[in-house]
Amino acid sequence: MIDKTTNSLLYLNGVSVSFDGFKALNSLSFTVEPGELRAIIGPNGAGKTTMMDIITGKTRPDSGDVYFDGGKIDLTKKDEAEIAQLGIGRKFQKPTVFESHTVWDNLELALNRNRGVFATLFYRLSAEDKNRIEEILTTVRLTHRRDELAANLSHGQKQWLEIGMLLAQEPKLLLVDEPVAGMTDAETAETAILLREIAKTRSVVVVEHDMGFIRDLGVKVTCLAEGSVLAEGSIDFVSSDPKVIENYLGR
Amino acid sequence: MITSFFLRALEGRIVAMVAVLLGFAVLVPMSNLLLGPDNPLHVPTYVMSLLGKYLCYALLALALDLVWGYCGILSLGHGAFFSLGGYAMGMYLMRQIGSRGVYGDPILPDFMVFLNWKQLPWFWYGFDMFWFAALMVLVVPGLLAFVFGWFAFRSRVNGVYLSIITQAMTYALLLAFFRNDMGFGGNNGLTDYKDILGFSVQSDGTRSVLFALSAIMLALCLILASAIVRSKFGKVLLGVRDAESRVRFLGFRVENIKLFTFVVSAMMAGIAGALFVPQVGIINPGEFAPANSIEVVIWTAVGGRSTLIGPIIGAVLVNGGKTIFTGVFPEFWLFALGGLFVLVTLFLPKGIVGTVAQALAKRRAAQAAETPTHLNGKPQAAE
Repeated sequence: MIDKTTNSLLYLNGVSVSFDGFKALNSLSFTVEPGELRAIIGPNGAGKTTMMDIITGKTRPDSGDVYFDGGKIDLTKKDEAEIAQLGIGRKFQKPTVFESHTVWDNLELALNRNRGVFATLFYRLSAEDKNRIEEILTTVRLTHRRDELAANLSHGQKQWLEIGMLLAQEPKLLLVDEPVAGMTDAETAETAILLREIAKTRSVVVVEHDMGFIRDLGVKVTCLAEGSVLAEGSIDFVSSDPKVIENYLGR
Repeated sequence: MITSFFLRALEGRIVAMVAVLLGFAVLVPMSNLLLGPDNPLHVPTYVMSLLGKYLCYALLALALDLVWGYCGILSLGHGAFFSLGGYAMGMYLMRQIGSRGVYGDPILPDFMVFLNWKQLPWFWYGFDMFWFAALMVLVVPGLLAFVFGWFAFRSRVNGVYLSIITQAMTYALLLAFFRNDMGFGGNNGLTDYKDILGFSVQSDGTRSVLFALSAIMLALCLILASAIVRSKFGKVLLGVRDAESRVRFLGFRVENIKLFTFVVSAMMAGIAGALFVPQVGIINPGEFAPANSIEVVIWTAVGGRSTLIGPIIGAVLVNGGKTIFTGVFPEFWLFALGGLFVLVTLFLPKGIVGTVAQALAKRRAAQAAETPTHLNGKPQAAE
C-alpha cells in the first residue's frame, strides 16, 4: 500500500460513513505511530465516537481504508471480537464494567487468555495470571478494593477499573473515550499521570473535552469537526488556529 | 481438569439442594413400596407421580434459569424443547406397545392405522430402541436450539425481539404437531403406553424408579449448571447479561457463548420432557402452547432468578399451589397465577431465594460490623 501505512500503528485514509444521510465522518484521514499518546478534541457530533466505532469494528465505513499494525491488517474486514484479540482495547464514554462481579473478577475476565467456550469453562487461575492481575491493580490504584463488587466503586474508580481491564487485554493500541468526564480535579490529575504511564509501552488515543486535562497530558492534539480533521499539532498551535476557535473553542 | 470443574460446583446451597433431592429419590419410593396403605407416612402412587411431574417442571425451570438468569436470554419458548424431549420418549413408548394396541398392528401405532397409513414414516425408525430414543431426547432439542441460536445470536437479535421469536417458534411447532399428517398423532398426541424397557409403566415399581430418576437427573443437572456458572465461563455469562458490548470488546465471541448455553439449556429441557411423559402417560401438542413456556418464566421468577435453586423451589411451589387451587377453585387459577406474578414482581423482585439470601447477607454484614468493636473492647469513636 501507500508507504505511510508501513510504519504507523493505525492508519485511516479517506474514511467516510453516513447514517440516514448525515455524514458522521467525511473523508477522515489520520495516523497514530507506535508508542504515541494522542489527544482528540472536537465539538459534539464531530465524529469522535464514530471514529472509535470504525476502528473497533462496531461500524463499517462506507468508503476509505483502515489499517492496523503497519498496514498488515485491514480492520474493515474484522469484527469486534477479532479486533479486540488483535490488540485494540476500547474504553467507553460511560464507564462499562461488570457491576455484579468483583474488581478482581473484572480483571480476570479481561486478561488476554484463550477466550473460547471450553477454555473458559475449564480455566484455572495460574500464579502468572494472579501476579499480572495484582500488577494491574497496583497500576490503577485499586488494590485495596479488589474484593468489592464493581457496582460499589465510585465513578472515578470505575473509570480506572475499565482502564485496568484494557491493560489486562495487553493491547497495542488503547482507545479511551472521555476518561475524566465526571471526575474530581484530583482524580483528573491522577488519570493524566496514569495515561502517560500507560503510553510508555503502547499507543493511546484519548478523546476528551476537558482542555485542562489535555494540557496536562502535553501531547499532540487532533481537532475534528464535521467528520474530518480540522487541525493537528501541539495544544498551543491547535488552540490558536482560527478555524478551531470558530468551530469549537469559541462556542 | 474435569474434576476441578465439578468440584467448584459444590457450594453450600447447591450441596444442600442436591442432598434434599437425593433424599427424596430414596425416601419417597421406599415409603410407596415398603409401607402399607394404612401407614400415615405412605405416599400413594398418584402423589408420587405428581411429585415426579413437579421435579420435571423444576428441571425445566432450572434450564430456563441458565439462559435467562445468567445469560439474559428471556426464552419464552422453552416449552418447545421440553415437548420435543417428551415426544422422543413418547415415540419410544409407542413403539413398545407393539401388537397390544387397539388395532393390533405389530409395527404401526394405532393412530397411523386409523389414518390408513401402510408404512412407518422414516422419522419413526430407530425409536424402538431405547438408546436411540434417549439420544434423540438430547439431540432433537439441542439441534433445534443450535439452528435457532445460530441465526438469532449471529444476527444479534436481543431482548424482547428474541423473546418474541422464541414464542413464535413454540407456536409454530404447536401448529405443526396439531396436524395429523405430521405423523405425531395430531391433537391426540401419543398415549396408551404399555411398558418401558420391559417394565409396565403403570406398576408402582416402575413409577418409583421414574420418580427417583427424575430427582437424580435434576440433582445432576443442578451440579452441571452450578459448575458452568461458577467457572470463568459463568462469569463471562453474567458479563453478557449485564454489559454485552463490553464482553465483545474484550475479545469474546458473544454469539458462541450464548449458543453453547442455549444448547445446554435446551438439552436439559429435553431430559425434563422425556422424564415427564412416562409419568404423566401422555404427550400432546398442547405442551407446545406458548402459555406453558410463560408459566416456566413465572416459576423461575417466583423462586428467584439467577440462583439455580430458586427455580426448583419456585416450580414445585407454584405447581403444588396449582394442584390445590385448581381442585378448590378451578375457575380462579389463572387469576391467582397472574396475581402471583404481579405480586412477586412488585414485592419480591429477586424471588424467594434471592430475598432470603439478601436478608442473610445483610445480617452477616451487620454482625461482621459489630464484631471488631467487641474485640477492641472500646466504643467506636463518634465521627
